[in-house]
Amino acid sequence: MSNPLLDSWRRLRAATWARSLEFLRDRSAFGWSLLFPVLLVAGIAFVFSGPGQPMFKVGVLAPAGVALDAKLHPFLATPQVRFYAEEPGAEAVHKVQLQRIDMLLDFTAEPGRYWLNEQSPKGQLLEQLLRGTGGAPLRREATSGAEARYVDWVAPGVLGMNMMFGCLFGIGYVIVRYRKNGYLKRLNATPLRAFEFLLAQLLSRLMLILLVACAVFTACRLLLHLRMEGSYLDLLLLATVAAVSMIAMGLVVSARISSEELAGGILNVIGTPMVVLCGVFISIDGAPHSLQVVAQLLPLTHLLEGARAIMLDGAGLPQIAPHLLALAAMSVVYLALGTALFKWRQE
Amino acid sequence: MPAVLQARDLVKQYPRVRAVDGVSFEVQEGSCFGLLGPNGAGKSTTIEMLEGLLKPTSGQVLFRGAPLGGHYRERVGIQFQHTALQEHLSSRENLRFFGALYPQRRPLDELIALCRLEEFLDRDTSKLSGGQRQRLLLAIALVNRPEVLFLDEPTTGLDPQARRNFWDLVQGVKAQGKTIVLTTHYMEEAYLLCDHIVIVDHGCIIAQGSPGALLAEHFDDAVLELPSAEADKLHDGVVYKHKGDTVEIHTPDIGATIAGLQAAGASLAQLRIRPRTLEDLFLELTGRELRT
Repeated sequence: MSNPLLDSWRRLRAATWARSLEFLRDRSAFGWSLLFPVLLVAGIAFVFSGPGQPMFKVGVLAPAGVALDAKLHPFLATPQVRFYAEEPGAEAVHKVQLQRIDMLLDFTAEPGRYWLNEQSPKGQLLEQLLRGTGGAPLRREATSGAEARYVDWVAPGVLGMNMMFGCLFGIGYVIVRYRKNGYLKRLNATPLRAFEFLLAQLLSRLMLILLVACAVFTACRLLLHLRMEGSYLDLLLLATVAAVSMIAMGLVVSARISSEELAGGILNVIGTPMVVLCGVFISIDGAPHSLQVVAQLLPLTHLLEGARAIMLDGAGLPQIAPHLLALAAMSVVYLALGTALFKWRQE
Repeated sequence: MPAVLQARDLVKQYPRVRAVDGVSFEVQEGSCFGLLGPNGAGKSTTIEMLEGLLKPTSGQVLFRGAPLGGHYRERVGIQFQHTALQEHLSSRENLRFFGALYPQRRPLDELIALCRLEEFLDRDTSKLSGGQRQRLLLAIALVNRPEVLFLDEPTTGLDPQARRNFWDLVQGVKAQGKTIVLTTHYMEEAYLLCDHIVIVDHGCIIAQGSPGALLAEHFDDAVLELPSAEADKLHDGVVYKHKGDTVEIHTPDIGATIAGLQAAGASLAQLRIRPRTLEDLFLELTGRELRT
């Protein structure tokens, strides 16, 4: 007699094997998924390495309604320095540590204070300028930390974005194509169950995405000398859970559609806002609160925040646990929804 | 012999069309059963209800006397009209994959010999010809040693040579005693392969029986085909039918009709005589051509 669990495992294994083989043999698709992210990161590194940035960048914490000009403090009239209003909180000081800004001024405290990074030559220079402008004396708060280049910050974003599109389109397009050309209908005539089929698609896509992501990460690390403070294992764990949730998202989109054009449209509608909202190229720290709430509901946000915490700040598992939990919860919800909505054939 | 499959008052109602409208029939063990009819007659809908892939709106399908259960899919094999396979996989890999989905499998060598797959066994399935593809799909449908083999328009779109090759294969499968359910709109295919046929039109059965018995029941004549110019010379009481430049004369007594034509001075150089076919039967029953 056959054992139902063993039967199920045999079917799952066969479907995973068949799909993986199909993708690996599609050389153009496989090659492109390896080459594209490396090109993108290299391009960004090239663009942001040149001049054109303001010489100095200083965050200012001011009481509400007060303009950032010389009336607040004469130092704010210094030419060649870009002053901008910063949001209160630990994040602002963190930017000084990462040398993403050269100084932080705080006029909400009494007396006023300033932070500078003692490892930053630009910070030291600004301090001399500040002392020379007169005005009310400010209290010195020192911090330190190696400079975070933009490329170190943006690379996790680009790799994460590439992973996101790979997950959404890689799974969405394939299932929609299978439905459209009748392959799903053929599989439905076999003992293969919907959950086994979907899990097989997820597993084969997950293995390939992680393989590609590891290769691309290694290439970027070697070519761009990316900063990596934390544990590779933590990063792999985060990437795995994030990939599962994003693939599951693709399963939901492709659960019923049988037009590739419609699927492409919907996947773009989901993917493109994620690029903006989840902070791939630009931090969303300054964005309106409502947008930040929406961003917390998107898997890419948790992947990027977690990956940047590991790579730039050396965060460990306890620090990224909330991101892992959020991603795991999304995976469960999307998988359940994707299986419940799934249809083998065109309506 | 007991019936393997029974259809009882099957109805399939779609929002705007009643695709199948109360059909009942039985499929006998070891026979080749044909569902015959023009495009849109409800053949595919009916066969999909028999396959257990489509739920009837009302009515019932019984397999060996019982409703279709959870293991029905392991016991039947299906070849659809249009089926894509996974790209970049060879025929052999596709057979292995489909085999792994079933608890029982037929050995690969046996399938290869039965469906003549040797020459393209390791070729990517996207590079197969139409006929080779249908042979592979037939092998896939047989991979689990099914008790019933369903073939939905298996030779539609094949060239005549490939169609004949496919018929040979089906006859080979039939010779092994397998029960086959086939849909087709090729009357010749039905006549050649089927022991029992059901002719459907607009979702209803309009005739059923063995092809020979059906023809004998409806016709006692044969068909003579002649160019119009020659046939018009004969005026006695035979049935004429104009088809373009030719005329069909339907006559129970071929000898007398030919003698009459000769007496009337008609040239018989382009005379063709054929027996009645299922195409004629369909026309007789519905007043329409089958393939329009």
